[in-house]
Amino acid sequence: MPDTTSALGAPTERREGPAKVTGAARYAAEHLPGGLAHAWPVPATIARGEVASVDDTAALAVPGVVGVLTHLNAPRLGEADDATLAVLQDARVPHRGWYVALVVADTLEAAREGAAAVTVTYAEEPHDVTLDAASPAAYVPEDPDGNPDEHTRGNPDEAFAAAPVRVDVTYEVPPLHNHPMEPHAATARWEEGRLTVHDSSQGATAVRQTLASLFKLPEEQITVVSEHVGGGFGSKGTPRPHVVLASMAARETGRPVKLALPRRHLAAVVGHRSPTVQRLRLGAEADGTLTTLIHEVTSHTSRVKEFVETGAAVSRVMYPSPHARTGNRVLPLDVPSPSWMRAPGEAPGMYALESAMDELAVALGLDPVELRLRNDTRTEPDTGKPFSSRHLAECLREGARRFGWAERDPRPRSRAEGPVLIGSGVAAATYPVLVSPSRASAHAYPDGGYVIRVNATDIGTGARTVLAQVAADALGVPVDRVRTEVGSTDLPAAPLAGGSSGTASWGWAVHEACTRLARRLAGQLGQQLPPEGVGASADTEGTPDTNYAESEYARHAFGAHFAEVGVDAVSGEVRVRRLLGVFAAGHILNARTARSQFIGAMTMGLGMALTEHSTMDKAFGDFAESDLASYHVPVNADVPAMEAHWIDEDDPHLNPMGSKGIGEIGIVGTAAAIGNAVHHATGVRLRELPITPDKLVTAL
Amino acid sequence: MKSFRYLRAHSVEEATAAHAGRPGSRYLGGGTNLVDLMKMGVERPRTLIDVSGLPLDAVEELPDGSVRAGAAVRNSDLAAHPLVRDRYPVLAQALLSGASGQLRNAATTGGNLLQRTRCPYFQDLAKPCNKREPGTGCGAREGVHRDHAVLGHSPQCIATHPSDMAVALAALDAQVELHGAHGRRTVPAADFHRLPGDRPDLDTEIAPGELITGVRLPAATAGLPSAYRKARDRASYAFALASVAVVLDVDGSLVRDVRIAFGGLAHRPWRALRAERALVGGPVTEEAFGRAVDAELAAAEPLPDNAFKVPLARGIACDVLRRLSTAPTAA
Repeated sequence: MPDTTSALGAPTERREGPAKVTGAARYAAEHLPGGLAHAWPVPATIARGEVASVDDTAALAVPGVVGVLTHLNAPRLGEADDATLAVLQDARVPHRGWYVALVVADTLEAAREGAAAVTVTYAEEPHDVTLDAASPAAYVPEDPDGNPDEHTRGNPDEAFAAAPVRVDVTYEVPPLHNHPMEPHAATARWEEGRLTVHDSSQGATAVRQTLASLFKLPEEQITVVSEHVGGGFGSKGTPRPHVVLASMAARETGRPVKLALPRRHLAAVVGHRSPTVQRLRLGAEADGTLTTLIHEVTSHTSRVKEFVETGAAVSRVMYPSPHARTGNRVLPLDVPSPSWMRAPGEAPGMYALESAMDELAVALGLDPVELRLRNDTRTEPDTGKPFSSRHLAECLREGARRFGWAERDPRPRSRAEGPVLIGSGVAAATYPVLVSPSRASAHAYPDGGYVIRVNATDIGTGARTVLAQVAADALGVPVDRVRTEVGSTDLPAAPLAGGSSGTASWGWAVHEACTRLARRLAGQLGQQLPPEGVGASADTEGTPDTNYAESEYARHAFGAHFAEVGVDAVSGEVRVRRLLGVFAAGHILNARTARSQFIGAMTMGLGMALTEHSTMDKAFGDFAESDLASYHVPVNADVPAMEAHWIDEDDPHLNPMGSKGIGEIGIVGTAAAIGNAVHHATGVRLRELPITPDKLVTAL
Repeated sequence: MKSFRYLRAHSVEEATAAHAGRPGSRYLGGGTNLVDLMKMGVERPRTLIDVSGLPLDAVEELPDGSVRAGAAVRNSDLAAHPLVRDRYPVLAQALLSGASGQLRNAATTGGNLLQRTRCPYFQDLAKPCNKREPGTGCGAREGVHRDHAVLGHSPQCIATHPSDMAVALAALDAQVELHGAHGRRTVPAADFHRLPGDRPDLDTEIAPGELITGVRLPAATAGLPSAYRKARDRASYAFALASVAVVLDVDGSLVRDVRIAFGGLAHRPWRALRAERALVGGPVTEEAFGRAVDAELAAAEPLPDNAFKVPLARGIACDVLRRLSTAPTAA
């Protein structure tokens, strides 16, 4: 009898690994239907205004060019919830880089040359792309519950004025870009009124819904496949313009059309992390007890779409204080539309809050780990709800033990090796536990195999693998008997891979379907299964357990980050020497892929802290860094000894697997831990990311 | 698509003759920069003359004690060559600090010298750039210019030259060998690249159709203590915020000779002649180093967002001078 008890939690290798490393795995742009045409979009070269004229004569004269779509000849689309998908519908140019034409050709080269030959003139208008937190145009949007996104408890300003120890600081995070390894791409074809799209997306179900609405088709006439996706980090969380353009071009030309966005276009059309200006005011008693917490965040959004980088939300979760004001404000500008980027809100918000906590610890003369322990809580400050589980203190203690925190000399600039100043820092992390309704099916076959079907998306995380583990565990069979089919709208509908909720959402339905299947099979013990197998399905829509909003519990994952940095006192170059994270995120379902998620996110946080930034060009209204040579993600040489550990939580209020999401929390506290370590190394507090030599060399 | 002719040259003479007969030709080495620029539409050659297969791939010692590296030698091979590692460590270090392993395996010595600036305005056809399209203006001066020049820039252009290798060559008093329709000539590496002036479209002193055939590393700087230091935003695969190449010859407590070149500060490797003059014959002290480097950098005219480059360059230059002066004499 094989041991099946260890399916969940085991370090099972990801199933599609061999296909990926041998090139057998095909991504959205690698599907080559017969008669394929290639598309290349034309970005607007003004920051605000209208298209006055389009001359496509020269483009159409390029050999191989099949057609040029503009707002003048493109078909009218149906209603779009997301205005960035209303492509080529009117003459308006809301930001530089907005697509104003699409050239379709027999070859990629001809499409590109054709795009360069399209002449567009504009009626240009003055633009404003500067994020000014004091701008009167900034407003308080609605929070997810439909209330103003400014929450107040007690009298925060009076409490701040009266606090014995105070910190009043402003932190800034620049625009950041997701830049997944696989750029956004889609291959679309129409056959007898049916649309089939291979799209690089984090959620094909939503892509299909959107395409159905835009092209006025029943969903049944559309198949969206996202079998393999080379990363998204939020930028593929909802449909992006490329999938609409490819589908439109395929219908207009009567040929399959492939559109793979060039890297240099991504910054303008697939979303970015909005820059934030965050003012933090912390008031505390002399023993470190917080009395007031004021966290005010201003971010930008575009003129076509409201997206709010909700940095202040973390201050509703982390630390209790009798007085608090947490508010998000947003300023519409003539900028590209921001969107989700890994831990949207949490990553910049915790950078500011946890940096300010470090400043408070310094002001108090208190160890920063101890300060956080003294402000731990069992209930969520903003709602008063008890946490379903919160092991922040355990993460901090375990991290401190593993890191060797006790040996740290708290005095800044107290340690050096030659010209390299060495310091260490700590920061906490948090990320909400989210879940969405999902469907799934499970089948047993006479050969002893099982097939799980769910339109989950494996964006490189190992979703296929962990769902097989969930199924094996529920069925009580070895994991290698279970096959998972994911990544197609022909499968049971499922939510996106986003919000660190994929495994919980899909897994819940998979678990339910498998539990039902196991019951059916138990009733047929000893009988031969029919050739078509025996199946069961599940739909968690409407089940009270998945409705967290109505729940009596607050659900969040927590973590603690520890960083050691070396700062070259001559050049101001910062290199991370050690990075250690300890996380409390329910049961960890796959030790191997979980570790990969944690250290991947920590690496992204390292980039946020030290290397990644994008510069808005005020004159032209676009981001200056448009390729991977200038937008600096960390390279191997930047990524040091990195450790991820976890505390296994037994939380009965989550889902049948007992898991919390793990895709994002790894980035959340990293930047603050590194920034705090830079302060400890140098005595210099930089409050603007990233911490690059240009800022540090003049401050040392 | 934009078609172009591709020719593979089998000799230097064949290459230069082909170039002379075909206006709009470009020589192709490793293609790590030229091909990118062609994709972006910045370069639109009518003919590519592939010179990467020419018999210019040797690194050899010449009878006068100098070392000659062929123009087709790959950056990785040049950095790893014992003659370079032993006698000109500054060059090996500079090469290894550039680009990534994959790019260094492809990039050639000649191509490295002729790479173009990575100024984002130069690379974006939708924006003004006097280097790409003379007379259109400079987008960077009023725009994003943290990475741009602080020395020797002009109202027309504030771009920097991106090469690390060229900075080391300038400090080593290397010579660039050229072969053109009118014969051979050599140009000092330190004078090979130009300042922008009112012709920012011209990066170098190379004449139309001339082909780089190699670089000559002089015997005079062989074996002297030398080092390259580069400050950058990430640990690898990033252009220099500032860099410095130093070749130092110390006699007891006095500077017998010194050569200093900066990278990342100007439209060309910036040979710090003023600092060198201030140091030669003087004492080997940190104060002297600081004064000399300050004298050089007094000419800097930083822009609003790149003033940091002056203290950064000062810091790394003084640090390398100090390290070289205190290190045991090179074997």
